[in-house]
Amino acid sequence: MSGEALVILAVALPFAGAVLIWLTDWNANLREAMTLATAGALIWVVLKVLDLVLTGAAPATGALEIVPGLSLALAVEPLGMLFACIASALWIVNSIYSIGYMRGNKEPRQTIFYVCFALAIASTIGIAFSANLFTLFLFYEILTLTTYPLVTHKANPEAVAGGRTYLIMLLGTSTVLFLPAIVLTAFIAGTLDFTPGGILEGKADGPVIAVLLALFMFGIGKAALMPFHRWLPAAMVAPTPVSALLHAVAVVKAGVFSVVKVIVYIFGVDALASSGNGDWLVWVAGFTIIAASVVALRQDNLKARLAYSTVSQLAYVVLGVAILTPLSVIGAAMHIAAHAVSKITLFFAAGSIYTATNLTEISQLNGIGRRMPWTMAAFAIGALSMIGLPPTAGFLGKWFMLSGAMETGQWLPVAVIITSTLLNAGYFLPILVQAFFCEPGEEVKAHAKGEAPFPILFALTATAAATIALFLFPQVPLALSRMLAGL
Amino acid sequence: MIAAQLPALQIVIPLLGAVLTAMMRRGSWAWAVALAVSWTMPLIAGSLLMQVLSTGPISYALGGWNPPWGIEYRIDALNGFVLVLVSLIGAVIMPYARVSVEKEIAPKKQAWFYTMYLLCLCGLLGITITNDAFNAFVFLEVSSLSTYALIALGRDRRALLAAYQYLILGTIGATLYVIGVGLLYTMTGTLNLSDIAGRLDGVENIRPILAALAFLTVGISLKLALFPLHVWLPNAYAYAPSVATAFLAATATKVAVYLLLRYYFSVFGVTFVFETLPVSTILLTLSLAAMFGASIVAVFQDDVKRMLAYSSVAQIGYITLGIALANQTGLTGGIVHLFNHALMKGALFLVIGAVFFRIGSVKLDDLAGLGRRMPITMGAFVIAGLSIIGTPGTAGFISKWYLALGALEQGSWWLVLLLVASSFISIVYIGRVVEVTWFRPVGKMVAGAREPPTSMLIPSLILVAATIYFGFDTTMTAGVAEKAAEALLGANR
Repeated sequence: MSGEALVILAVALPFAGAVLIWLTDWNANLREAMTLATAGALIWVVLKVLDLVLTGAAPATGALEIVPGLSLALAVEPLGMLFACIASALWIVNSIYSIGYMRGNKEPRQTIFYVCFALAIASTIGIAFSANLFTLFLFYEILTLTTYPLVTHKANPEAVAGGRTYLIMLLGTSTVLFLPAIVLTAFIAGTLDFTPGGILEGKADGPVIAVLLALFMFGIGKAALMPFHRWLPAAMVAPTPVSALLHAVAVVKAGVFSVVKVIVYIFGVDALASSGNGDWLVWVAGFTIIAASVVALRQDNLKARLAYSTVSQLAYVVLGVAILTPLSVIGAAMHIAAHAVSKITLFFAAGSIYTATNLTEISQLNGIGRRMPWTMAAFAIGALSMIGLPPTAGFLGKWFMLSGAMETGQWLPVAVIITSTLLNAGYFLPILVQAFFCEPGEEVKAHAKGEAPFPILFALTATAAATIALFLFPQVPLALSRMLAGL
Repeated sequence: MIAAQLPALQIVIPLLGAVLTAMMRRGSWAWAVALAVSWTMPLIAGSLLMQVLSTGPISYALGGWNPPWGIEYRIDALNGFVLVLVSLIGAVIMPYARVSVEKEIAPKKQAWFYTMYLLCLCGLLGITITNDAFNAFVFLEVSSLSTYALIALGRDRRALLAAYQYLILGTIGATLYVIGVGLLYTMTGTLNLSDIAGRLDGVENIRPILAALAFLTVGISLKLALFPLHVWLPNAYAYAPSVATAFLAATATKVAVYLLLRYYFSVFGVTFVFETLPVSTILLTLSLAAMFGASIVAVFQDDVKRMLAYSSVAQIGYITLGIALANQTGLTGGIVHLFNHALMKGALFLVIGAVFFRIGSVKLDDLAGLGRRMPITMGAFVIAGLSIIGTPGTAGFISKWYLALGALEQGSWWLVLLLVASSFISIVYIGRVVEVTWFRPVGKMVAGAREPPTSMLIPSLILVAATIYFGFDTTMTAGVAEKAAEALLGANR
């Protein structure tokens, strides 16, 4: 198959999968088979595209012009390739997990759940492969809309309220800030195509560029830069597989992915670095990293702590590009991959605990490690990766970011990364200590009978293994990141 | 032979249809006539537009009396576009009408409903096609009078009050319009719009011309429900029969906008209206007031039909905003939104009509959990609602894109922010309905509901599909609107 056909297929497959899932509503096993088959086919196609990209090709489709200057087009570049690989690989694992979780917890309305999930993945792949800002924006909005029913899945007042925050904040930022940024870009540059080196250089004055950057950075609400991060904790009312794949991987990564894309392909790293118009971003990202970590320290609900940890970790990616050196951009890209596999592990573990014991608060988890050793071992690996310790994937991204910052003598990012590493340790290590070294508490004694169902264990073991594997064998993501940074 | 008479047939067929239905007793027969007429109209309008796009404007002397003595029908890209819009909406709505009308209107009055509908259609098409100021007034009255009757046919007794309110305001509007036309006639000695345009330059005493502009602006603005002259609209839309609301919301105000465009750009000229007078500033202010005022009011409505009506007032603000920008891109945005808004608001009112058909209420609280019982219908509502918000991939996005670019071209970056801020308010009011209908437990009024009959569902879905289709393929919408805007600005006097 040609590159063009593969790219279109990658986006179309999960859409088609959604239809198949909907049509097989009458038989739960067949329906789940549809999800797995689609996910399997998707990863196969994405790996085919990866082969092409690694040989130096850049598969792209023709542009469908909607109005002059606005067109729908797909094109694969290294970062999008990396993102698509992560999303499609984790979708398979997550689907297995979902089946265990949704059946284990006897959740209602499972068909619509799987349909929306497939649609969300389709839009994620669309975002990853978009060739211009409009295409990205289109899929970005579809992603918000298709994940909203997942957030409100439980349909109780709490879920509806969380969904409302989610929808208003994400659609609000994208409509009020992101969209004007796109219009302004089109007006200034006359194009919206992602172009290496950027499209804005020399086209507008410094203040305009600075305002435009702010519109983009805050308008891409999915990147959860403070003060537009509240939707992410609100989204935690969703079933855990949703929190795991969407609110640790697909949705939030779509946000930081868009941030990296905009800085690298719209503004241009060099152009932004030489003009100094993006210097403030380091401060905002740094503040978000520290502040979110401090908030995470104070959360007793496990998923809420993970959510704030995500807010903080996402800001790392933004920080990585805001440092504006090739090395730090590599760090940002690597961190997208590393955080994806490790945070999904942590959420899988949280969901595993909930499925097996119905416990949700950290203070209830004394001694849980003895009852659920697999789950908590995986959790430990994920936590180490969050802190950034070898031999886990989290180390790589931080390493490159630190190198980039030190190389150019930017000490603020260095200080932020070190401080936040300590804070990360401060909110993850106590959980591990509690789980493994404390005597089992009343709740654990009362509820913990043993491990969660097999599909859940399988999924979290797989992602925990991936967290370590990514550290040991980082060649492919590293190669893609280097291509992105132009090294 | 017949091809040459198409402009006249566009008006004569619905008029004859109205006469025919007026003599019928059975609603279903009258419906059949109305359906036949409604399906013929787009064929005529479409071939007229095609002809215009390939060979240029068509001039047709009614009854063989050449202008300026006779009445001239004149079709160019702009009104060809509006003709297609109005007749298409009519054609889509008519199949839907039968069951809805049977449910909402007393059997004895059903045939009258179709008579009024056909007269209204005739009037709207007439205003659009004619190039004669007074003839436009006549058609304006034909459409208005039939509209009053259509609204008054609503089941709710408040429909009478709403119709009466509109009757008073509509009559004032028509009176102001005819005074404006009178002044123009006194100063130029002709009623043919093109001739008036040609002779205005020679007029030395400019004061009566200014007065004419003022009278026409206010008169037409009443008809198009420009804020703050919109007060008749929410009640009228809320209490009229569902079919009438959908038809009127999609067409009546749009035709009035067309008339305003015609006077501003083709008769008075861009220079006169927008450069020597502060019309742009006034129109801009009122448009913004509509976009924010009416949107905010919409958020607090308990009745979904009323909410959509306020949303219409806000959306008309977008259209007039495009006119106020008076540059190529902005005007294109205004004209294309005229079309796009007709599609999406038509779709929304059809959907809500279907809801009323099934559960007999459109109060938001009564609709709890409706999405679980009527998923296709409420799914259609969501998509049309997204188009109102202006989500990419829907027609609404295209309009906003042009308007925003038009504002930037004029150097008004703040206008872009206001534009998106008002879209944000629409997220809130559409979101409210989505939340109640999809994520609340099924209420007792909804419990027994199921999807509406196919004849209602298909027309709604056609319009919804169109809002998506025209979000991607814009050759027939933005493409034609661009040509129309070019022609309007190109007159450039």
